[in-house]
This record gives sequence, structure tokens and C-alpha cells, in this order.
Amino acid sequence: MSIDQSKIRNFCIIAHIDHGKSTLADRIIEKTGTLTSREMQAQVLDNMDLERERGITIKSQAVRIIYNAKDGQEYIFNLIDTPGHVDFNYEVSRSLAACDGAILVVDAAQGVEAQTLANVYLAMDHDLDVLPVINKIDLPSARPEEVAQEIEDVIGIEAMDAPRISAKTGLNIDEVLEQIVTRIPAPAGDPKAPLKALIFDALYDSYKGVIVFCRIKEGSVKVGTRIRMMATGAEDLVTEVGYFGAGQFIPCDELSAGMVGYIAASIKNVRDTRVGDTVTAVDRPCAEPLPGYKKVNPMVYCGMYPADSAKYPDLRDALEKLQINDASLQYEPETSLALGFGFRCGFLGLLHLEIIQERLEREFNLDLVTTAPGVIYKVHKTNGEVMDLTNPSNLPDPSEIEYMEEPFVSAEIMVTSEYVGAIMKLCQERRGIYISMDYIEATRAVIKYDLPLNEIIYDFFDALKSRSRGYASFDYEMKGYVRSELVKLDILINKEMVDALSFIVFKDGAYDRGRKMCEKLKKEIPRQLFEIPIQAAVNGKVIARETVKALRKDVLAKCYGGDISRKKKLLEKQKEGKKRMRQVGTVEVPQEAFMSVLKLDED
Amino acid sequence: MTVKKNKNLELYIHTPFCVKKCDYCDFLSFPGDSRTQIQYIHALLQEIRFYGEKMGEYVVPTIYIGGGTPSWLDSEMITAVMEQVFSSFHVLPDAEVTLECNPGTVKADKLAAYRKAGINRLSIGLQSVHNEELKILGRIHTYEQFLKTYSLARDAGFSNLNVDLISGLPRQTLEIFMDTLQQVVRLKPEHVSCYTLIVEKGTPFYEKYKFDAVAQQAGIRTEILPNEDEMYRITKATQDILRNAGYEQYEISNFAKPGYACRHNIGYWTRENYLGLGLGAASLIENVRYSNTRELYEYMELCGKLQLLLPEAFAGEQDSAQPEGDFFGSNLHVSADIIGRKEQMEEFMFLGLRMNEGVKRDDFENNFGVPIEAVYLEVLEKLKRQEMIVMREGRIALTDRGMDLGNYVMAKFLF
Repeated sequence: MSIDQSKIRNFCIIAHIDHGKSTLADRIIEKTGTLTSREMQAQVLDNMDLERERGITIKSQAVRIIYNAKDGQEYIFNLIDTPGHVDFNYEVSRSLAACDGAILVVDAAQGVEAQTLANVYLAMDHDLDVLPVINKIDLPSARPEEVAQEIEDVIGIEAMDAPRISAKTGLNIDEVLEQIVTRIPAPAGDPKAPLKALIFDALYDSYKGVIVFCRIKEGSVKVGTRIRMMATGAEDLVTEVGYFGAGQFIPCDELSAGMVGYIAASIKNVRDTRVGDTVTAVDRPCAEPLPGYKKVNPMVYCGMYPADSAKYPDLRDALEKLQINDASLQYEPETSLALGFGFRCGFLGLLHLEIIQERLEREFNLDLVTTAPGVIYKVHKTNGEVMDLTNPSNLPDPSEIEYMEEPFVSAEIMVTSEYVGAIMKLCQERRGIYISMDYIEATRAVIKYDLPLNEIIYDFFDALKSRSRGYASFDYEMKGYVRSELVKLDILINKEMVDALSFIVFKDGAYDRGRKMCEKLKKEIPRQLFEIPIQAAVNGKVIARETVKALRKDVLAKCYGGDISRKKKLLEKQKEGKKRMRQVGTVEVPQEAFMSVLKLDED
Repeated sequence: MTVKKNKNLELYIHTPFCVKKCDYCDFLSFPGDSRTQIQYIHALLQEIRFYGEKMGEYVVPTIYIGGGTPSWLDSEMITAVMEQVFSSFHVLPDAEVTLECNPGTVKADKLAAYRKAGINRLSIGLQSVHNEELKILGRIHTYEQFLKTYSLARDAGFSNLNVDLISGLPRQTLEIFMDTLQQVVRLKPEHVSCYTLIVEKGTPFYEKYKFDAVAQQAGIRTEILPNEDEMYRITKATQDILRNAGYEQYEISNFAKPGYACRHNIGYWTRENYLGLGLGAASLIENVRYSNTRELYEYMELCGKLQLLLPEAFAGEQDSAQPEGDFFGSNLHVSADIIGRKEQMEEFMFLGLRMNEGVKRDDFENNFGVPIEAVYLEVLEKLKRQEMIVMREGRIALTDRGMDLGNYVMAKFLF
């Protein structure tokens, strides 16, 4: 059996968040009859509950669709859904590399946004043909003609005959399908050449082992082929190949150049199959791996501790299970005096962190205490060593430090002109370095700043939205490390340093952060039997202080007569409250306090 | 049938009717016309008769008639209730019999009738000597009316009087409450109860002061209610004034001249058996806690049917198995919770420690068959180190500090 390459279209859909990427994917699947509407659950490609709830795609997904075009021919569409968040930029780029074209969805009301641009540039970097689609034309505020003009002006691609659609109502979806056939090129690649396949995702199945999602660039693969992952060197015998039905794997005899599908080879560990790696055949390997592979490293770290310390083994098992499907999640055990046994976990970004945290709590029923997330600092020691600092507690003595570096990102913010001032102020406050500002239209500008990653991981996105009334959009990429004046801010509760509350902060901001921390903790820590000083210190020097006054009176002097159960309920409430406390020396600290550092800017 | 002769059973009798509900009150009380009152008393008499038959093996050392405002009812109703109690139960000759009495609801003849009915102790709800404060509380009487009631009670021959006070009222300062206390002390009641105001959900007070109530608990600045520090000073001054005047603080909120501690209340703290009669009343009998329905009409209807249960329950062999479900065979109880061994220990501790003399180690051992240290060693050691409790003469009791922070101490004894 062989499939005519000219009848295959491999493409993805790219869009700014909320412009309707997943809805369009659903409509395409529905229109081509891959699923009947009865079988359709909204947004079929977003598998995880969490993805559907948050309306974003976390992992890549792929689906094969049969389309009968107007020219009377039958085409095979391979739609590869890409993650929709900057945390997963690398995964996005690998998914794009598996495609030959991209559908660009632009919201007819909002027009071109920061991620629209970022995604288009990314697609163009991979030599994809971009097919623009203007979505949400059913909205009263839709202005499709202006937006088409905007796409031509800002992005520089032909957009006048772009389909005007409503993915929600299904309007003009046929036109999109036709243009996929006519405007997206068929794949190339020699099926007789040595095997060369790009891994764009992988997942673990308890029966089949690791299932590798790949695009065959050259050659072919079938059951019995001995394959090798070129970057990790892992080798195994292929036990199954196939393509993606909607929500299921459909085995086939062979995958050949131009096709998108999966390979199962009883590989035990997802870490052996890295996204971006090249799969080749052991007996007839290709000369060169595909370009663009890199090992993704976590950018954000935090400590995760079980609220109930007896649940430590459960947390370990849960992390292990999650890592099987998520090679970018890293963790190693650590101990904290305040929080006991837990893990220092590494994530691609704050969203990734939140997703993992939520999955741990939801799917594994764990109650977690999370410490403030931080980035990786480079500590240059006087003895010439350079250490990667992921846990503030491990910062060496200041006398051993020559200097420190912190990661910076290049950020692009797109905003309407009335909010330019507010956004620039925000960037200045976050220690941003102004790079440039360009007006892409009379009323809209792209502002470029270099920002410390540390300053954007907590709440930058929220601040951006609130200061621009939701009009600003934001995209960033890692720039590199920059030398910086950094100090460790320690918190002392009743004169005892609480390791889990320490964090690294820019020197000039230390006083302000310290003061806010103390105020916040004063509110979080209930009065106890003695007075509790709360102090913030840098290098052993106290820079801020608050005091929680001692509790003097707490007794139920009310007559409930024989209604003892009411009395008991009150005492039980008191005791329940205690259970949610962590013992720090002699002080009982509520678990929420450890996360309160995250919300310093709220009030 | 096992004979439990001489086992004590305290009686609590509830009358829910009030002229008007006070603004801070969250007890089961409401106004009621005289027809409803008569129907209620009729039902109550049936309930007393029913349990009298069922619990003949017990003797009654104390009776407490509370409310509501029992003194608002016609004295004939109270007399009828007392007559039924005396004829249905074996009341000990020296029994303490208390009736709650609100100023302005009694005259000399009513008080004389109470005496005749066997009531020998009155608990008079004063709350404050300041008429402005009484108004804030939504009380229907003045201080002057209280003085009148108090002297009438003395005239009628009551030699055991309690005065109820509430501290921590809106805008109250130490001085204002001290004034109340000093005026009351001059009257020389045998017993003084000092409760602190608790702003309970569902009361008009809650709607008015809820933000302050939360702030007060959290130990942050309050606007209208006295803050925690002021409350601490009020508590300390209360103890000083009353102790100097010859009262002993025998329980967290109760003070008495020697020999006048309220035996009925002590029964609650020492987990005596008690039977609650009337709407919503709670009972503790052989470590099962019951509570009556809180629905007035349901209560009256069920009491009407009790009669029918009696002959049936006593027909045939005396040793017949108990009816299924409710131990008593009535449907009055909306709940019957068996208090397990651990819960009994918890209650033994947190109720017993409310009393100044605390709990007896021997009592614990006799009750539970193990020394107290076998169960609570760690807690006791910790509280001792924190100077919250002392151990002396085979007793464990709260220190002054422990009493101030009673909730903290008592919560420690929960499992």
C-alpha cells in the first residue's frame, strides 16, 4: 500500500490566545466526518480536563482527517495542534517543523496581536506557507475587511481572499478546507531514503510503552524496524506504527515520507524520546539528524511539599507519574526545616507550574504547600566556580560570591497607543531595559523591552492586563544571563530563619519587598501565646519588622447549659485550624503564609 | 431489670416563651400567646409524666427551669409543672430548684407561689445596671425594675439568688462594667454569673456588629465592641472585685459565696446524667446524648401521643427488650448520639477543667480504667510547662492564665 504524497496535507493552526484555534480544529474534524457531531465534545483535541477548563492546549495533539475535495480527489489532512502558551515555545517550534503549512487564525474583532506575530514569524522560520483565516465574523464588533488589511500591512501576507468564518457557528468552514488543499503544499521527501523522522510529542501508555508522535521526513518505518533516537541514543524494535484517529490510535502497515503518525517500540522511559529528536533506522541510518533539536531546561523552580508530611511518598509517586508524560518536568528531593520533606521542582514557566500543581491536587488528591517560584541564578564564586542556584537556601556565603547573574528575556508587548505610557511604566518598575517602540498602525504599537525573568514570573501578565484594560498582549523569549546586584532576603519568625520563605531579590527592591512580606505575614499568622516578631533580613541585617501581639484572652464564657455539643464544635473548630498550621520553632504558621509571598502586589 | 437506685438525674425544664427576644439572644425562644402557652405546658406535663414512668430508678438532686422567660408565664403554670415533677420523680429533699426570672415579670404573689411550688433559687437576668446598655441589648426592663424584683425576691424568702451579667457590650469600657459589678456586689447576691457577649449568627447583633466580632476574634482593632485587650482587663478586674467581695470563681464564668455554687451547673461540668424536658431540650443519659425536636407544634403533637406509648411499654414482661431506635420509645428526640469512650474522655477534660477545682485524677481512672497520664501525658506535660495547668492534691486545674486561654487548653484534650 502506498499513499500518494500529493494527496497529503500536513498543517497546524496558529493563533493568539482566544482567537479560536481549538474551535476551528473542532469544526474541521466535524466537517470532514471524522467524528459525527454527536460524538463531538467541544474541543476534542484538548484532551486533558485541565486543558478544556483553561481553554488552552498544553500538549501537542494530532489527528488524521479524510477530506473529499471539490476536485473529486480524496485528501489526507494531518492536523497538528500546538500548545498555545509561551511556556511551551519549544514544543510549538517542533510541532511547526512537522508541518508544511499553517492556518493563521485572527480574531475579526481584535485583529493582529503579539502572539499572532510571534507565531507567524515562528511559522515562517520553518518555511511554512501561512493561510490566514479571519474568525468570529459573527461578533457585532467584527471588522473583517480592516483586519484583512491589517494582516497584509503588519504581517505582509496576502489576506484579501482569506476565508471569513465563524468557527463557532460553522460558517464558511468549507472554504477553509478547500484552501488547505490549494494553498498548503504537499509534503516532499524520498520514501526510499534512509529513515529520518521528527519527534514532536510523546506519551506513555501502560500497554504499549512510550508512543512517539512523529513526522516522517525521509524513508519509511514499519513493525520490526530497529530504530534509534539520535540525540539520546536509545534503540528499540518497532512493535506498532499507525496514525491518529480522533482520540484513538489506528495501526497501519507502514509510515513513509510525508506522513504523520506514531511509533511504539516498547520504550520504557519518555526521557529517551525527547521532543525535537530524530528517529532513524539502526541498519540504515541517515547521515545527519534534523536541525533544531535542543534539550529543554526548566526556567522556573519552586519547592513543593505535602501539607500532610505523611503524604511525601504519595507526592513522589505522583510526580513520577506526571513526568512519564512530561519530560520537561524536573524534580529532586529537598528538605526544609519549616516544611519537612518535599521536592524542588523545575518547570518551563509559571503556567506549567500551575498546571502541574493543579494536576497534583486534582488527579492525585494531594494537598500541597508551594514555596515562592524562582528562576535559576548563576552564582560566580570567588574560587572560579559557577553554580546554578535553584533554591535560595543554597546561596553561598556572600564572602564566597564574586558576582551573580540573572536570566533576562526579550519581551514584545503589543498595545493600543492610549496605554503605552502605563505599560512602559510597568516595565520600568519591573527593571525593564527599553529597546524600541514601533507603531504598526496609527493606534497600535509594539514595545520591546528586556526584562528580568524573575520580574515576570509572578504576576506580570495580570498586571499587564489590568493596566491596559485587557488590551495589551505579550510574548517573550529567553535572552540570556545578565550580571545583576542580587541579595537573599531572609524572613525570621520569632528570631528563627524560615528557609522556605527566603528568596532572591534585586538589591534595591529588598527593603520594599521585606516590608511588604512582614506586613503580609503579620496578617497571616494568628496571635499566639507569646509575642512574635517577624523580621526581614539581608545578610543578617534586619531591614523590616512587624510584631504579632500575644494572645491574652480566648475563652468561651457563655452559658450553653446542657448543650455540650455546641461547646465541642467550637473547640473542634479551633483544633481544626491548628491542623492546617506548620510548626516553625515554637510558632504555628498557617500553610497559606508560605504562598502569601506570591500575592504581595495584591493590596 | 437492673436496679439503678440512687443514680442521680438532674432535670432541666425549658419554657421557650419571651415577651420579646433580646437582640443578642440565640437561644430557642420566641413570643407566644396565652393559648399557645397553655397548650405547651399541657404537652410538657405529659412529657414529664412519661419520663417519670420510664426513669423511676433515678433520684433528682437539682431542677432548673430556664427559657425563654419562665417567670413571664402565669404562676399556675409553673406550679403545675412543679407538682407534676414532684409526683413523677423522686426529688431529693434538699434538691436545688432554680427558676430563671426576668426583672419586671414578677410580683410578690407570683414569688410566693414559686416558694410554695418548691422553688428555692432564682436566677435573675440583669446583664447591666446601665439603662442605655439594657436598651442596646434589647432588654425590656430597667435597672430600677431589677432592684424592685430583687428586693421582692428577698422579701418572699429567697435566700439563694443569682444575678446574670454580660460584659463586652458595644462601646463598653472597663469603667462601665466595673460600675455594674460594684453596684451588684453591694446587693450581696449569693451567686453572680459573668458571661462575655458572643455575637452569634442569626441575631440582630450579628447584623449590626459582625465585622467587629470578627476583628475582635482576630485580635485586630475593633470599632464598637471592646478589643481583646480591653476584654482581658475586664475579665481580670471582674475576678478581683468579686474575689475581694468574698465570691469564689468556681467556674470560668460563675462566682459564688461559699456553699452557694450552682449544683445544677456543676452537674453539667461533671457529666452527671441530666434529662432535658421541653422544646429543644438536651439530655445526657448513660453516655447517650439526646435532643428534643425544636419545632413547637411537632413537639406538642408528639407529647400528646406519649400517653399511648405508656401502657404498651409497661404491658407484659418488665424485662422486655427496649423499643428499637429510641431508647425511650418516644419520637421526641431528633437525635440520639452515643458518646464513645474517647469522646467521654474529651468531655471529662474540657468540661471538668472549666471548674476552678478542675478534674480529679482518681475520677478519671475510676471512669475509664486507666490513669490520666496513660492518655494525656504529653498534653499535660506541655500545658504544665506553659503554666496553663497545675496539678495539686490529686487534681488537675487551670491556672489563671489557663483560664484566660481556656479554648486553647481545652482544644488540646480533643483527639
